[in-house]
Amino acid sequence: MAEAAVKLTKKDFETPLDVRWCPGCGDYAILANLQRLLPDLGIPRENFVFVSGIGCSSRFPYYMNTYGFHTIHGRAPSIATGLKTSRPELDVWVITGDGDALSIGGNHLIHALRRNVDFNILLFNNRIYGLTKGQYSPTSEIGKKTKSSPMGSVDAPFNPIMLALGSGGSFVARSIDIEAKHLQAMMRASHGHRGTSFIEVYQNCPIFNDGAFDMLTDRKVKSENVVALEHGKPLVFGKEADKGIRLVDGKLEVVQLGEGVTEGDLLVHDETNRTQAFLLAQLELPVPVGVFFREERPTLDDMMNKQLETASSKKGRGELKALLHSGETWEVR
Amino acid sequence: MSTQEKVIEQLESVVIRFAGDSGDGMQLTGQQFTQESVLAGNDIGTLPDFPAEIRAPTGTLAGVSGFQLQFASHDIYTPGDAPDVLVAMNPAALKINLGDVRPNGIIIANTDAYTDKNCQKAGFGGNPLTDGTLSSYRLYTVDMNKMTQAALADTGLGPRDIDRTKNMFALGLVSWMFQRPIGVTIKQLEKKFAAKPEILDANIRVLKAGYHYGETAEIFTSAYEVKPAAIEPGTYRSITGNAATAYGFIAASELSGLRLFLGSYPITPASDVLHELSKHKNFDVMTFQAEDEIAAVGAAIGAAFGGNLAITTSSGPGVALKMEAISLAIMTELPLVIADIQRGGPSTGLPTKTEQADLLQVIYGRHGESPVPVIAAQTPADCFWAALEACRIAVKYMTPVFLLTDGYLANGAEPWKIPDVESLEAFDVKFRKEVDGFLPYLRDEDTLARPWVKPGTPGLEHRIGGLEKEDGSGNVSYSPTNHEHMVRTRAAKVKGIQRDIAPIEVYGDPEGDLVVVGWGSTYGAIRTAVDAARNEGKKVSHVHIRWMNPLPADLGDVLRRFKKVLVPEMNLGQLRMLLRAEYLIPAEGLNKVTGRPFTKSEILRGIENHL
Repeated sequence: MAEAAVKLTKKDFETPLDVRWCPGCGDYAILANLQRLLPDLGIPRENFVFVSGIGCSSRFPYYMNTYGFHTIHGRAPSIATGLKTSRPELDVWVITGDGDALSIGGNHLIHALRRNVDFNILLFNNRIYGLTKGQYSPTSEIGKKTKSSPMGSVDAPFNPIMLALGSGGSFVARSIDIEAKHLQAMMRASHGHRGTSFIEVYQNCPIFNDGAFDMLTDRKVKSENVVALEHGKPLVFGKEADKGIRLVDGKLEVVQLGEGVTEGDLLVHDETNRTQAFLLAQLELPVPVGVFFREERPTLDDMMNKQLETASSKKGRGELKALLHSGETWEVR
Repeated sequence: MSTQEKVIEQLESVVIRFAGDSGDGMQLTGQQFTQESVLAGNDIGTLPDFPAEIRAPTGTLAGVSGFQLQFASHDIYTPGDAPDVLVAMNPAALKINLGDVRPNGIIIANTDAYTDKNCQKAGFGGNPLTDGTLSSYRLYTVDMNKMTQAALADTGLGPRDIDRTKNMFALGLVSWMFQRPIGVTIKQLEKKFAAKPEILDANIRVLKAGYHYGETAEIFTSAYEVKPAAIEPGTYRSITGNAATAYGFIAASELSGLRLFLGSYPITPASDVLHELSKHKNFDVMTFQAEDEIAAVGAAIGAAFGGNLAITTSSGPGVALKMEAISLAIMTELPLVIADIQRGGPSTGLPTKTEQADLLQVIYGRHGESPVPVIAAQTPADCFWAALEACRIAVKYMTPVFLLTDGYLANGAEPWKIPDVESLEAFDVKFRKEVDGFLPYLRDEDTLARPWVKPGTPGLEHRIGGLEKEDGSGNVSYSPTNHEHMVRTRAAKVKGIQRDIAPIEVYGDPEGDLVVVGWGSTYGAIRTAVDAARNEGKKVSHVHIRWMNPLPADLGDVLRRFKKVLVPEMNLGQLRMLLRAEYLIPAEGLNKVTGRPFTKSEILRGIENHL
C-alpha cells in the first residue's frame, strides 16, 4: 500500500468526456460513489485499472480518469486475470452487468471466483438488456414481457449471490445504486479484501426496466423490505426495527418481535459461514443487502508469482544458453 | 557365437518405420532410435503418427501407432517416402503400413503377436507371415515375446511388466542392424526409471538381448552402416517443432527483457508448447491454463496491456474461438502472438494428423477489416526462429501476429545447430513514460505503431477498448472519415511489415519452366523433389514463403519470371488462391489432405505433370 503522500480528490478521477448514460440511469450514482471513494484509499491514481466487458455498465472505464480497458462481451474477468497475475501491484476492478457477467461471460465469472484472483467485481444488475434496447436478461423474472419475450420470458433467472457463493467466491456482497453510504461501505470492504470480491449492485434502468427495485428504494416501504447484513448482529429489520429473521429446522423464517419472540431468538449474521450465506441468498423478502460471506484464502496472483520465485531460487535464474544446450548434444567438427 | 562373418553394407540413407499397438511404446522406440542416429552423426527427419485415442482396443487397426525416421549420410529434409524397413509388432501394424513399404524392403515381425485371432482382427484371411502375402519383401520373423520372457525369466517380474519391455528388444535388434550406439538409450532409461531399479534393469537387459540377438542369430546375414553426414560444424541437438516454438518464445522474452506470459487451453497438437513453457518458470515465464480458449487469449491480452510479452497457443478449433478477442487486440493495437499448430479439420477433424488448412482462417477469419501479420515455420527447428520473429514484429509494430506451424512440425524432430546466444539480436522495446505530448494513438512515423504504456506509469492514464478510436487521442469516435482513416491506417501498418521481410531466395535458377511455391512444413518434401528434378536436368526452382501476410514485396516479380507456378499444399489451394488474387498469375495447385505430409515422389510427380 502506498504511503500518505497521495492526496487526491474526486475530481482527479473524472474524465473530460461527456458521460453518455441515459438521464436518471443508476450507473451515474455508482460512478460518483466510486469516484468519491478512490481518493480515500491511499493508492496512486496510476495504479488503478478498470476493466469492463460490453453493455451500458461497461462504458464505465471511459469515465474514470485511470487506466482502463473496455474489452469484449463477457470476457473482462479473463483480461483482468492476465493483467492482475502479471502485474500484481496494480489495483484492478472489473465492471460488468447482468448480461455481460451472467450470460455471455458466465464461464469466466465462475472461474475467476474459484481461482480467487485479487480484483473487485462490480456487477450492475438491472435485470434487463439496456444497450441492445430492452431484451430479457439472465436475471429477469419469469413472465417478464420484453421485446424478445412479448408473451413473457420463460427463462428461469440466476440468483447472482448464489452463483458467486457456489463458485467459491471469497467475498460476496449486495448493495443498491442509490444507497450511497451503503454502496461506498461495500466498495471499501471489497477493496480491503484480498481475493476476488463480488458485489451485486441493484441498478435501476429508467428506460427499459424502470422501478425494478422501487420496493427496496422507496423511502416509504424500503425498511420493511430490506434487511441489512452485519457481521455479529441479529437480523432485524422494519421501520420500527420490530421484525427479524430466525432459523428454524434449517429454514429461515420472518418473525414479528414481541409476541414471545425476542432479539435473542434471531439469527446472528456470521459472514464466515458459507452455508448460512446460501440460506440468506435465497431469502426473497426482505431482501438482504451487505456482506453475505467473506473468507481469507490464497489468491491466484500470489500463488503464480510465488511459483516463479520458488523456481528461480531452487533452480537459479534460467539461462538461455543452458536451455538451448539442454538434453543430448553432439559436436560436429 | 556366430558361425559366419557378418557383412557390413554401406548405405547412404535408410527410412525405417516402427509400428505397433499404441500401448507397445513405438513412439519411445522411435525417439530413442532417433537419438542413437543423431549421435552416430547422421542427418535425420522424423514423423510420429499416432491415433487420437489414448488406448484404442489392442490389436485393432484403430490402435496402430507408428514412428518413421530417415537417417542419412547427407543433408535430408524429410522423414523419407517409402520405408526401407518396417518393424511390425502385430498384424494390425503390418496391415496399416505394408502398402507404404518399398518393394523388396525389409519387414521385421514379432511372430508371437501373429496369432490367428490377431490376424483376423487385422483383417488378414490367414497368417501373412506364412501365407505368401509378404513374398515380395525380405521378411525376418523374430519371437520377440518369447525372447523377452526368456531374458527376464529369473527377475521375478510379472508378465505385464515383462511384456512392456518388448519394444526394447525391437530397438536393440534394429540398433544392431544399423550399427547404432545403444549407450545413449541406456542413459535415457536410467533417467526415466531412476525410481524403479528393477524395471530399469529389465529394460536394459532386453535392449541388450535384442542387440546380441542380431549379432549372433543366423537369420541376419548383414548389418548396415550409414556414415555420418557432412554437416556444418557446431554443437547440435535434436529438437521437435513444439519444443523449438517454446524455446523461441523464451528467447524472445530474454532478448526483449519482457516477461513471457502464456495464456493457453490444452488442445492437440499444441499442448506440448504449454507443457514445455510451464517447465521454465525460472525464466520468469508465467503460464496460465485458462478455462477455455477465449479466456486463454483474453488473459494474454490483459498481460499485453500490462506490458508483458503475451502469447497464446492453440490449434484450428481453438483459434476459431479466439478470433473475436484477436480483433480486440487489432483495435487496441497491442502486441500478442497467437500460435496455431494446425491439424486436420473442420471441427474436431483429425486431431493428431497434420494439415495446412488454417491459412485463410488466420489471414481472413475475423469480422471487419482486421489485418494480422502471419509467419509460417518451415521445419521443426525453424519453429524457433519463426516464434522469435513473430514476437519481434508484434512488439515493433504493436500488433497481434500469427505463428503457423502444424502437427507434422510440432511432433517431428530434426538435428538443430544450436545458435550462439550472443549472436541473437536484442529487441528494442520502449515503454512510453514521458508525459509531455502523450496521446495513446500517436503513431511512430516509420512503423505506424502506437506507444506502449504500462499501467502504473504516472501521468499517462488512458483508456483503450474495442470501440473505434480517434487517431491520435484514442477517444471513442463514430466519425465516418476517422473510421475510414483508421481502417486504412491499420492495413498500412501491417503492409509496412514488408520492410522487415528479406527478399525472396529462389532455390535454383531465377527463371525457368516451373517454380514450385510452398509455405510451412512442405519445405522438406518440395526441396528434395526439386533437387531430384534438377538432377534430371529440369528447369525447376523452389520458392518457400515465410511471411504469409504481408507477402514479400518482390514475390510477384519473382514468380512472373517462370513459365508456370505450382503450389503444393496440404489443403485445397489456399495459398494458390492468394497468389492468383494478389498477382493475377495462373498458379496451379498440387493438393493433398490425407492428414499426412507430402512425400518427395508425390511432389516430383506433380512437377513432371506440369512440365
